[in-house]
Amino acid sequence: MQEQNTSIDLSSGKYVKVWQGPQHPGITGNMSLELVLCGDEVVECKTHVGYLHRGFEKLMERRTFIQNFPIVCRIAVPEPTFNEYLYAAVVEELSGLKSPERAEWLRTFNLELMRLASYLMWLGGVGAAFGQGTVYQWTVTHRDFVLDLFEEMTGARIYHMYIVPGGVRAKMPDGFEDRARKVLDGVERLLDEVEKVLFKNTVFKTRTKGLGIISKDMVDHYGIVGPNARAAGFARDIRKDEPYLMYDQVEFDVVTGSASDAYERAVVRHQEMYQGIRIMRQALDRMPKDGPFQAKMPNVLHWEVPAGETYVKAECTRGEYGYYLVTDGSQFLRRVHVRGPSYTHAIAVMEKLAVGTNIADIAGLMVSLHTYPPEIER
Amino acid sequence: MSLKDLISPFYVWQRAFEKPYTQRRPLEERPGADRYRGFHMNVLEECVGCGTCETICQNHAIDMVKVEGLEPKPGDSGLRPKFDYGRCCWCALCVDICTTRSLRLTNHYAWITEDPTDFNFVAGADNMSWNGHEKGYRRDDEYNLLCLDRVEMDMLAPEEGLKSFDEVMKGYTEEQAKIEADRCVECGICVATCPAHMSVPDYIKSIREGDYEKGLRILYETNPFSATCGRICTHRCEEVCPVGVQGDPLAIRWLKRAIVDRIPLERYREILGDEVVENSKTVAIVGAGPGGMSAAYYLRRQGYAVTVFEAQERAGGMLRYGVPSYRLPDDQLDKDIEYIRSLGVEVRFKTRIGKDVQFSELMDQYDAVFVSVGLNVPSKLRVKGEEHPRVLSGLQVLDDVASGKDPGVGKRVAVIGGGNVAMDAARVSRRMGAEVTILYRRRIEDMPADPEEIHESQAEGCKIVIQAIPVEVKDAADANQVSIVWGEATMVADDKGGRPRPVLQDGAVMHEETYDSIISAIGQGGDLDFIPGEYRDQIEFKWGKFVPSEYQRTTLKKLFVGGDIANNTADAISAIEDGHHAARGIHKLLSGELVA
Repeated sequence: MQEQNTSIDLSSGKYVKVWQGPQHPGITGNMSLELVLCGDEVVECKTHVGYLHRGFEKLMERRTFIQNFPIVCRIAVPEPTFNEYLYAAVVEELSGLKSPERAEWLRTFNLELMRLASYLMWLGGVGAAFGQGTVYQWTVTHRDFVLDLFEEMTGARIYHMYIVPGGVRAKMPDGFEDRARKVLDGVERLLDEVEKVLFKNTVFKTRTKGLGIISKDMVDHYGIVGPNARAAGFARDIRKDEPYLMYDQVEFDVVTGSASDAYERAVVRHQEMYQGIRIMRQALDRMPKDGPFQAKMPNVLHWEVPAGETYVKAECTRGEYGYYLVTDGSQFLRRVHVRGPSYTHAIAVMEKLAVGTNIADIAGLMVSLHTYPPEIER
Repeated sequence: MSLKDLISPFYVWQRAFEKPYTQRRPLEERPGADRYRGFHMNVLEECVGCGTCETICQNHAIDMVKVEGLEPKPGDSGLRPKFDYGRCCWCALCVDICTTRSLRLTNHYAWITEDPTDFNFVAGADNMSWNGHEKGYRRDDEYNLLCLDRVEMDMLAPEEGLKSFDEVMKGYTEEQAKIEADRCVECGICVATCPAHMSVPDYIKSIREGDYEKGLRILYETNPFSATCGRICTHRCEEVCPVGVQGDPLAIRWLKRAIVDRIPLERYREILGDEVVENSKTVAIVGAGPGGMSAAYYLRRQGYAVTVFEAQERAGGMLRYGVPSYRLPDDQLDKDIEYIRSLGVEVRFKTRIGKDVQFSELMDQYDAVFVSVGLNVPSKLRVKGEEHPRVLSGLQVLDDVASGKDPGVGKRVAVIGGGNVAMDAARVSRRMGAEVTILYRRRIEDMPADPEEIHESQAEGCKIVIQAIPVEVKDAADANQVSIVWGEATMVADDKGGRPRPVLQDGAVMHEETYDSIISAIGQGGDLDFIPGEYRDQIEFKWGKFVPSEYQRTTLKKLFVGGDIANNTADAISAIEDGHHAARGIHKLLSGELVA
């Protein structure tokens, strides 16, 4: 939280205080900003969360290890799969399960598909926040095609509940690979078009260039990760730095920028979508078409995980996402902590960057940081 | 800002003439994907009501309820899952864990109703539009949350087993027992099926917890012959174990043994803590088999002075004289019996009722009498020439072996029958060095013997000839041999829906073979001659057996009966339960709770 700006005297008539959110469409989910304006300029920003707290970490302490996988997906609604994977991975690490190679490929594919769906919604969101509603309609349509793939593969569009401790729940359905390739081709064409209508668009450029610049020294000070850090020139990506799943077996580039403003962050994410598609195509080519996709499991009805503690992380669309798990040898976990990047980005970074920004750009700034309030509060 | 940047956004117009992607409901319907996790469906006939779905449901959205008009078969709890769609999150864990795979999700996902209570429904029983729908989430064949493979028990190799009467099955190690115990889903279907209603999931849990003392206490609540039953029980519990629908059922019998194997007899008193407080009432028990000794145990624990009358030299009945020691070693049977005797149960050996002591004396001198004499008269083959001296009875062969005598079966033996006695007689003969052929009138799958027994007999080299009906026994050329004529039977479907019957049709192929001996083992009957007529007239019998009423009581107020002579299942575990049940009845009678 920022220190209280003592020079602001609300009774002077010079300032006005407004609330943006929690129902504002420019806020990505349920949270609100308490803004103090001087004219059009924001002079103070306070963030408020608490609208979405569901107590997942506590709920998980009362469920057995297998019963937890269907609820973790709800922690970050637009990106359930990263939660599913991290929960599975953290439990596997403490219980000594090894998910088979085929499952690891299927997980890699799934995570990248999730990244694509999430970015598509974000790309539309950032367009819409700057008045480019058409882009939003295009990308959300294609996101729906991606969700169709999820529906076919996992049985659900949003809460996939596909990645479980020990492996995945099902193999790819017949003919899925061809349909997946078609969708990826379609998304790639869409991205080319978005390049023309958004990134070369004067309105978008004018409004986003120079907006919300994250300086290099802010990155480590605030713990900024993911595309927000990469747009500032830091080539940090867990998939490359500490590869997990099959990321060391596939080729892809870490996209970086330098301007570190809202425009640059959009460019980085746009380019990363191409890289994600590249990874998915390699996964489809190379994953084994038969073999087991589930480790030999203990009886899940009375599954006791040996005592221990560990932290497992993965690169989600917003950067480092991690699960810290403590077990005590019983059928229930002792403590789990979910660390999502939105906590930093939506609260500390937002409060800093908002100051000096025009009120009309606040929604766009918020979107450009790509945050998910459900993940802040869990 | 360049001119290009000004023009570029107008690119969007090129899409204005494309066909919209939007689906126009309700004109167009979009079915869920083939694997969609939609509404629940349950195949009621396949479901056994094990309730594992209810156990695993993380939202408590499932209740097991009785369903109107559903008549549960054996091994079926009669309950079915009722779903609360106010709680369900369609994660399909219930589908993944379903032991019978009867539970599925369909790809239906839209349901509008005016009455919110509709969203509480019994899948498969309530009339839902998606019932019987083919598409939707099914558990993948290669994905499973149940542990389906049984931990194999080490055993003597068949060629080794044949050399001696050493126990064939070696028992589980502690590690093996734990892994096997881990497979249990704790549904309790086995408890309902076990004649003695043993708390199977509870003692299996004690193995998982490594608390064998607790396990022993649980065993003795319902069964004082746990070392025995852990080896030779007919284990009907395993036949209904829902884990067995897709894989191997839990090795419930071996797990019972695993507990007893780990606790020496000397520690029983301390663990079971059963101090007897005498109550000065007396009970006579006829027959020291599993039924009699079980009644003796439970009565003695309640303080009754119990006297058991046994015609043989040793206690155990058919367990001693009918089960060979490679299946049930003497010392294990002794462990069970010695513990019961150590509580102060008096056993009078070599005392035959009707000869050494009169039945009327028991009825006059004791407060209650429990008769559990078993079946020990071999049934006749009912073919010409069966009185031939080389036709032996299976029971006699087993009795001789148990008593240390040589039954003299010779080198070439035919065993007639398909029950456990037949398998035992065959395997005993193999151990005597004979070449054995088993003749059975029906098919292998119809054999009443335990599947393991059949399998092990074959593994030990016994040849099984099916659909063979004996027709005649003849003298052979050698006076020390005997010939048997048998015909090849045809299986005829039963009009009434029963199992097919073997029939010797006209022109059936006949065989004649010569053997050193023929062992007849087609069942046995009871001998109740020791009960004088004045008592008999007051007791109800059917097919030569007692017909007891509640608490195993007969129409004679103080006479209780049990075991093979009073039930149709004729196995040890039923006898044990009869004894336990009679003990409850006797206690109620003698404490005035049961109307005299």
